Amino acid sequence: MDLRLTPEETAFREEVRTFIRENLPADIRDRMKLGHPPRKEDTVRWQRILNQRGWAAYSWPKEWGGPGWTAIQKMIFLEENLMAPAPEILSFNVTMLGPVLIQFGTEAQKKRFLPRAANLDDWWCQGFSEPGAGSDLASLKTSAKRDGDHYVINGQKIWTSTAQYADWCFVLVRTDPNARKRQEGISFILVDFKTPGITVRPIISIDGSHHLNEVFYDDVRVPVENLVHVENKGWDVAKYLLGNERTGIARLGKSRERVNAAVDMARKVNSNGRPLIDDQTFRQRVAQLQVDIKALEMTQYRVVSAYDKAKGAGRPDPLSSVLKVKGTELLQATTELAVDVAGPMATPIWAEELAAMNEPDDMLEAGSASAASYLMLRAASIYGGTNEIQKNILTKAVLGL
Amino acid sequence: MDFEPSDDQRLLLESVSRLLADTYSFAQRKGYMAQPAGYSPEMWGKFAELGLLGLPFPEEYGGFGGGPQEVMLVMQAFGRAIVVEPFLSTVVLCGAAIQEAGSADQKGTLLPAIAEGSLKMAFAHGERQARYDLNDLVTSAKRDGSGWVLDGAKTVVAHGEAADKFIVSARTSGDRYDREGMTLFLVDATAQGVARRGYVSRDDSRAADLSLSNVRVTEADVLGPVGGGFEIIERVVEAGIAATAAEAVGAMEAMNEMTLEYSKTRVQFGQPIGSYQVVQHRLADMFMTQEQGRSMAMLATMSLENPDAAERARNLAMAKVGVGQSARYVSQSAVQMHGGIGMTEEYAVGHYFRRCMVIERLWGDPAYWLQKLADQVE
Repeated sequence: MDLRLTPEETAFREEVRTFIRENLPADIRDRMKLGHPPRKEDTVRWQRILNQRGWAAYSWPKEWGGPGWTAIQKMIFLEENLMAPAPEILSFNVTMLGPVLIQFGTEAQKKRFLPRAANLDDWWCQGFSEPGAGSDLASLKTSAKRDGDHYVINGQKIWTSTAQYADWCFVLVRTDPNARKRQEGISFILVDFKTPGITVRPIISIDGSHHLNEVFYDDVRVPVENLVHVENKGWDVAKYLLGNERTGIARLGKSRERVNAAVDMARKVNSNGRPLIDDQTFRQRVAQLQVDIKALEMTQYRVVSAYDKAKGAGRPDPLSSVLKVKGTELLQATTELAVDVAGPMATPIWAEELAAMNEPDDMLEAGSASAASYLMLRAASIYGGTNEIQKNILTKAVLGL
Repeated sequence: MDFEPSDDQRLLLESVSRLLADTYSFAQRKGYMAQPAGYSPEMWGKFAELGLLGLPFPEEYGGFGGGPQEVMLVMQAFGRAIVVEPFLSTVVLCGAAIQEAGSADQKGTLLPAIAEGSLKMAFAHGERQARYDLNDLVTSAKRDGSGWVLDGAKTVVAHGEAADKFIVSARTSGDRYDREGMTLFLVDATAQGVARRGYVSRDDSRAADLSLSNVRVTEADVLGPVGGGFEIIERVVEAGIAATAAEAVGAMEAMNEMTLEYSKTRVQFGQPIGSYQVVQHRLADMFMTQEQGRSMAMLATMSLENPDAAERARNLAMAKVGVGQSARYVSQSAVQMHGGIGMTEEYAVGHYFRRCMVIERLWGDPAYWLQKLADQVE
């Protein structure tokens, strides 16, 4: 047992921190410091800078353009990136599609898609959820019927994040409606979003942003070479994708960054005639969050170092459900802290009309952004397997009930 | 970064777990509590045979040569069995004070006696007016010729009734809240002027209040530098926080296992209650809370040897808060999930509950330490 980072790991953290400090474009950093989510161009620009350094495909093996890092290194990298704060690497490309193709893809698929995914030349999205298939994903109905060298896809997907930016989508479709078990008739297919028959319709979420979409498939013809793995074995691929080592799932760097932002803001606002930072209730809330962040950081280290010890051969650690649940609870609690500090400044929506009316007003802009991020992160306990589903997983996998 | 025990540590844990499995069932424990000492002297001897009583001491003093990690593993096992023997007080707390501050003579005399099981000690620092403030000290020690004279009172001295010898803190200079001017003394339980009032504590162990009236000790009984006791007390408390954090993890494990087992066997509305999702999710919450507590207990243990005092203190404070809150949640949930049977004295879960309640109150509860952390927010 040894809690310390090795000297190499400490040096690695310093190297990452320095690189981000020196290379993250100032305009991106400033927007994100005010609490805004990155714009599409920000994400692309930053991922390409990282890719030049060989870090964008941070979780991939060297053979496919990744840095070949240990799980601890990956975690350090992700945390530093979040703390900066810098745009997150597009997870659809790097943590979802990449590992799936490396594990299940043909050589041709790997060569064609992986380098472009790493460099964000293609923006990928994930077509899993359907109106009738949320937590119960295996009940999905979108169908793909074989027609010569093509699959013909019909149906509807929903909650497709960033579909409006997407060049490609990996989709779960039903290829055998008569399979004995629902999970057995599903396939994992790559769809070029330029194909005729695809309609993307925006869903505006409660933070006012356009992040989510409905996607309609109407006789969309996809070449059979875009099937990943084996027909009707898509559930295995999806399980691999969802259960794949989830180093970054707790997103602790983001929670830390939000606490720091709240403390900064609390210095600048008054409450009961004194700076909010001097308010004991506020200070105790901060301290409690710091304790909870520390505990989860330790749990994360336990998961990650166990993963490194198993040389990646182990099954997904059931503790990763703990990371998901506790990590998202923290994201929600820290964004809640920030929005509470913003007080009345959380209410105006920072839009062009407001920006045009005011001289630069960082407090107002940050306050408004804190509300947006508070609202947006209500989704954290819903996406990626709701926290209730995570508890079901723990009940089965750990407690054996 | 590595959280796996070494092979030697695994062996240690196995032998302790085996001993406790054979000799420390809940029913056997009741028998030990009923003995005149409030614990089993025979069991104390078995701990000595296994080398546990010298666990953190160097081999030259008859010790096992272990460190904080070995203590953590043993305390965790003790927590699973709610061991009532005076291990924490004698080996962890007084052992830490002697190792930290003792002269070569003191180490050479005391540590081997502890290790062989012939000397039980208790750490007598807390006073009625102090609550959790380590720097609040009134008991006085005045120079008298070649020795010292102690006057004052100590309260809720853990395992105080069993102790052959105490480490007593007393003020040799300064005022009530001063950190400077505290000194530690070795005081025989039978010394003239020491009056001990023993009683049973909420956790089934036996504690004591001490009154010290004109107690004379010699220069050789001074432990550590005169006036420099506070830093030693802090180190002792740090060792205690880490050890009891591990103990609480063991207790949480036991409570969670009992609750899980109960949920599989207790049938209501025609089904085991563990088949109901509302119960399952509570069990999942209890498991997650236990694991967060375990992470914090590991942080505490592995911070003990961190030479950066400020970082060490901060990590231990965070661990104290985290483990205390975790244990409280798991304890309360365990009783709730058991229903009526969890409320009974004859059932084990309430005894774990009460041990966790006592652990939480050793050296400050979560609210106390959270305020300390809150004071550092900047």
